[in-house]
Amino acid sequence: MRLENKVAFISGGARGMGAVEAKLFSSEGAKVVIGDILDEEARRTEAEIVESGGECLFVHLDVTSESSWQEAIAATVGRFGKLDVLVNNAGIFRTEGVLETSEALWDEMLEINGKGVFLGTKCAIPEMRKAGGGSIINISSVAGLVGGPGSAAYRTSKGAVRLFTKATAIQYAGEGIRANSVHPGIIETPMTAPNLLADEAARQRAIARAPLGRYGQPEDVAYGVLYLASDESSFVTGSELVIDGGVTAQ
Amino acid sequence: MRLENKVAFISGGARGMGAVEAKLFTQEGARVVIGDILDEEGRKTEAEINESGGECLFVHLDVTSEAEWQQAIEAAIARFGKLDILINNAGIFRSERVEEISGELWDQVMEINVKGVFLGTKAAIPEMRKAGGGSIINISSVAGLIGDVISAAYTSSKGAVRLFTKSTAIQYAPDGIRANSIHPGTIDTPMTAEMLLGWYRDDRINRTPLRRIGTSEDVAYGALYLASDEASFVTGAELVIDGGRTAE
Repeated sequence: MRLENKVAFISGGARGMGAVEAKLFSSEGAKVVIGDILDEEARRTEAEIVESGGECLFVHLDVTSESSWQEAIAATVGRFGKLDVLVNNAGIFRTEGVLETSEALWDEMLEINGKGVFLGTKCAIPEMRKAGGGSIINISSVAGLVGGPGSAAYRTSKGAVRLFTKATAIQYAGEGIRANSVHPGIIETPMTAPNLLADEAARQRAIARAPLGRYGQPEDVAYGVLYLASDESSFVTGSELVIDGGVTAQ
Repeated sequence: MRLENKVAFISGGARGMGAVEAKLFTQEGARVVIGDILDEEGRKTEAEINESGGECLFVHLDVTSEAEWQQAIEAAIARFGKLDILINNAGIFRSERVEEISGELWDQVMEINVKGVFLGTKAAIPEMRKAGGGSIINISSVAGLIGDVISAAYTSSKGAVRLFTKSTAIQYAPDGIRANSIHPGTIDTPMTAEMLLGWYRDDRINRTPLRRIGTSEDVAYGALYLASDEASFVTGAELVIDGGRTAE
């Protein structure tokens, strides 16, 4: 199994991509902690993994709070003894363009999508150092690589994640801690459903722009995260893994 | 197994990264054809794989010859019935700087490293189309992303591979054919052995944040990911396997 003896923490693991990653990681032998503000859905995901023979712990986590992160990582180490893998997956999406973006929306976006990744990384590094190394995977987006209509605050936050990842990679490579970003294209998840999937015309336009002619699924992203989490990628750090069906290659 | 029922063709598969990829792919269930000009080493790799229970065929291949590519792909189909994966791995390294490069040297590097990738892709696509899709993995380099104190023809050739890959990805995505490039940093292989000595080896390690030279296995696992259906939404992407070198 590709994550045997590994302990992984996944923020936003209650549902969507995070939950699929948690299940895949568990099926590859990892012990998984999911942190989320969605207590009910997270407990269901935790139960599903445990019932199928995996080891999983849910902890309540508000990614914008440093003390919440400290408690979550402490709970992880308390339960499973160490931390090897962190997936900073929690995030929100908003479609507003520059002029429609209120200051409050901007701050909320950067708090969750930007500061949330920073705080998770900051809390995980001391434990990864103790474990002799680790792998941090930050879920950015193709919106962190290119411009497009709308989503000004979201794109900005994902661009910040892209470079925060490289800063982490360079600063902690000497301790065997790797950091890479994943850049999904349009993936069908609970986060994207209300904005991207409800309008059938918009949906068809987006699919027409995607060279592979489909939206991605959470599994498409989870397998890339699995590669980066495992020792198969032990020479990969500071890299960007784009999983977008070819959208940004044109 | 992650490549069950897949047939893979690996150019430059006689030794180095190509041979390691061939062995890893057969362990994951693929049937593998290796093409190379190095007949003796190619047959040895073929024998090693077959003796360890894998299915492998060696075919002589000069990647600069369209006729040889056609024969090689035909041999792959004749033996294994189809083609799902192509790794354009064959390549040469030359360290000359701009003023030191002769016209012949430039042409030779471009012939092997760039035209070889083009011809392999061209020969493979019709068979992948018949198979209902496929995955093409082109071995570029971090030298295809950034400049370096040595080598200019090599760097140019790897930059060309980067964009040829994206062209292929966009043009054949509707056929379910994916194409991605891999950008290894400094890797210990027979190709780099002469170069990775003395001050240059130390310099490469010092420029690599993870403070080591990569192995062929580091690259082979990335190729395995891209070859498998786990990467079925990945096309036109660049997988950098360089220990962090190009992130700073």
